[in-house]
Amino acid sequence: MALRRRKFDSLIIGAGGGGLRAALQLSQADAQVAVVSKVFPTRSHTVAAQGGVNAALANVSEDNWHWHMFDTIKGSDYLGDQDAIEYMCRAASRIVYELEHSGVPFSRLDNGRIYQRAFGGQSKNFGGDQATRTCAAADRTGHAILHSLYQQNIRAKTHFFDEYFAIDLIKDDAGYVLGALVMEIETGEPLLIEAKTTLLATGGAGQLFRTTTNALINTGDGMAMALRAGVPLQDMEFFQFHPTGIAGKGMLITEGVRGEGGYLVNGEGERFMERYAPHAKDLASRDVVSRAIFIEIRDGRGCGPNKDHVLLKVDHLGPDVIKKRLPGIRDLCLTFLHSDPIESPIPVSPTAHYTMGGIPTNRFGQVVTPERHGPEEVVPGLYAAGECACVSVHGANRLGGNSLLDILVFGRAAANHIIDTLKESRYHRGIPDASIEQAMARLARWDQKGEGESVEGLRAELTKAMEDHCGVFREQAILDEGVKKVQALAARMGDVRLTDHSKIFNTARIEALELENLMDIALATVTSAQARTESRGAHSRVDFPDRDDEHWLKHSLYFHDGTLDYKPVRMKPMSVDSFPPKARVY
Amino acid sequence: MAEARFSIYRYDPERNDKPTMQDYTLADVGDDMMLLDALLELKKKDETLGFRRSCREGVCGSDAMNINGRNGLACITPLAELKQPVTLRPLPGRPVIRDLIVDLSQFYQQYRAVKPYLTVHDPLPEVELLQSPEDREKLDGLYECILCACCSTACPSFWWNPDKFRGPAALLQSWRFLADSRDQDTDARLDDLQGPYKLFRCHTIMSCVDVCPKGLNPTRAIGKIKDLMIKRSV
Repeated sequence: MALRRRKFDSLIIGAGGGGLRAALQLSQADAQVAVVSKVFPTRSHTVAAQGGVNAALANVSEDNWHWHMFDTIKGSDYLGDQDAIEYMCRAASRIVYELEHSGVPFSRLDNGRIYQRAFGGQSKNFGGDQATRTCAAADRTGHAILHSLYQQNIRAKTHFFDEYFAIDLIKDDAGYVLGALVMEIETGEPLLIEAKTTLLATGGAGQLFRTTTNALINTGDGMAMALRAGVPLQDMEFFQFHPTGIAGKGMLITEGVRGEGGYLVNGEGERFMERYAPHAKDLASRDVVSRAIFIEIRDGRGCGPNKDHVLLKVDHLGPDVIKKRLPGIRDLCLTFLHSDPIESPIPVSPTAHYTMGGIPTNRFGQVVTPERHGPEEVVPGLYAAGECACVSVHGANRLGGNSLLDILVFGRAAANHIIDTLKESRYHRGIPDASIEQAMARLARWDQKGEGESVEGLRAELTKAMEDHCGVFREQAILDEGVKKVQALAARMGDVRLTDHSKIFNTARIEALELENLMDIALATVTSAQARTESRGAHSRVDFPDRDDEHWLKHSLYFHDGTLDYKPVRMKPMSVDSFPPKARVY
Repeated sequence: MAEARFSIYRYDPERNDKPTMQDYTLADVGDDMMLLDALLELKKKDETLGFRRSCREGVCGSDAMNINGRNGLACITPLAELKQPVTLRPLPGRPVIRDLIVDLSQFYQQYRAVKPYLTVHDPLPEVELLQSPEDREKLDGLYECILCACCSTACPSFWWNPDKFRGPAALLQSWRFLADSRDQDTDARLDDLQGPYKLFRCHTIMSCVDVCPKGLNPTRAIGKIKDLMIKRSV
């Protein structure tokens, strides 16, 4: 049967907040846009974001974007690109007002303005008192935003391909990205979508780890597609462990709990964050709080019979605050712990949460790679936004409330750049057969029959290896072994066989394709971590406990062949003075 | 709990033309296992078993299914609370694509049909539209819907007229916007729901309320829309 083809101006892969914000902008500009998503849009992982989105609206206390910029740079441990960070923080207020106009049911202050809460790592006046900057819809902000964006896309008549899985990017010899080969999950049929521009908005890869706050769909598909198309992945060693996942289970307990006044206690009943961050205490940056919890547990001051977690105390906030501001958290506790946070503290431990690294882009969302002339040459036709991208606004450690902001700001920025690009490119370029055949081969590979390893078996080994060798604290010998283990697992991918070769809604085949993607990203992560001999942000080396700006104030780039390269951090903002690296204390 | 037994609806249009119920047993199930955890374990043994899933915590709405005769989300249904064998069927009244996976396109179409988006006709300010905490509170119990389809596929009126009756999920969203102090499309929204079917096929059977995994109340929302229509007509 001939391969089915569709032709659009613009293709977006991924229908979370980043993809939907971009789609809305494009549809409103009358571009023909196709959104491909492996799940129905409102099932995307943005739906699980809880605490809020940062913007210096100053609704609660004095604030401005420049302070937010400083906090983001400090939070990034100076690895964030300061031009992109300035752009994001400046755009934040407008992006939140736009969201509000599009229907997001933000919680409200008595004067009718958007409610804002305190969050980690945020300050007034460049490191002064705690700021109140995170705009929230109770503790369901991601849900509220994702649904509103989907709803506005319904109004804009965006064309959706729901439950289509992206196989690979299509590229010509001149390096242009011309669309993607996708597969309709319901029928198992491939479909070629031609487009003048392709935006990857596929989210993170939290399924690399066994215990994770991430949904099962977060398998880094877009990152792996970019890798296979010759684009490196940037800063993959920086993976965020959220301080407060439900112990042993992984469900996210928002930082907003601490923003509303909750605090952590160890097995001795001590409010231990006072020792690690005397000023910010429980609202220090996530990397700092996760390490502190890890150390408390390691040194025998954990809670519970196995002393393997700490407690997040909230009962002192009273039932009114908990019911009004943290209803989703209360539901999670009642469902998964059979306990009510109004009465008992929540057992928590650091849990894999967020991929700071990703596909390198500039602040227009264009994917950039070292090609011939410099480290940041544009890959024509290819864009990336959100968690799958690395702009980089998060550097070595992301601040809470900046991920929703990132997807919205750069989803929109990418769309605006795409609109300009579309004006200049009137026609679709021809698609070379070789590129299609390569992508089709990736799909056909899973038709192989016979004895072999199972997807599930290899996946379990992979997530265990990542947890054991690439966790909160790292050191050379453990990383060396980790690289070897993951390489050995990757080598076994060829032996994996499916037993189910059916076409109609074959979820086993999807999981196989996802495992291939995860494997590439695991290699990128552990290889980048092995090479970086310093501690910065979320990358904590026991054997190199200090930040080393002389040698390591640079971005890592991991290529599909396993090699690494580096490029400088953009220290020059767009309009204000640069923030030079300083010691990072909270 | 030592062992759990399941009876699961299987249908693969490529292999057999008739659906069957297949028995499964899972040894060593944990006390605090959710039904989804059990399904994921079963899938490790039998990768042909098809079901949707994603967030594992009841916010994405993927894994709605009929569990011992009642619609619910597998990820927040404790296995220990279920009578065995646990009988799992696809959501009722929708065409089955495969196993526990149903075609929800008509459900989504009804959702789109209520124009579920905020409509403001006035010029927009450069800042937020103001809304009092009291007005915002009117959206609680409405905006939290996750579109899992448990309610509409438990509704006899939707079973009979899925093409004409909007169904509880869509009508809950209709009321979510009617109830929003910022929305300026009340008349058009009510006009769109006129006629014997779209809204008025609700006979307050309340199955929707009974099954909603988020504890929402579509029947009450539908009642409020009806009240508003009556109020407008007098």
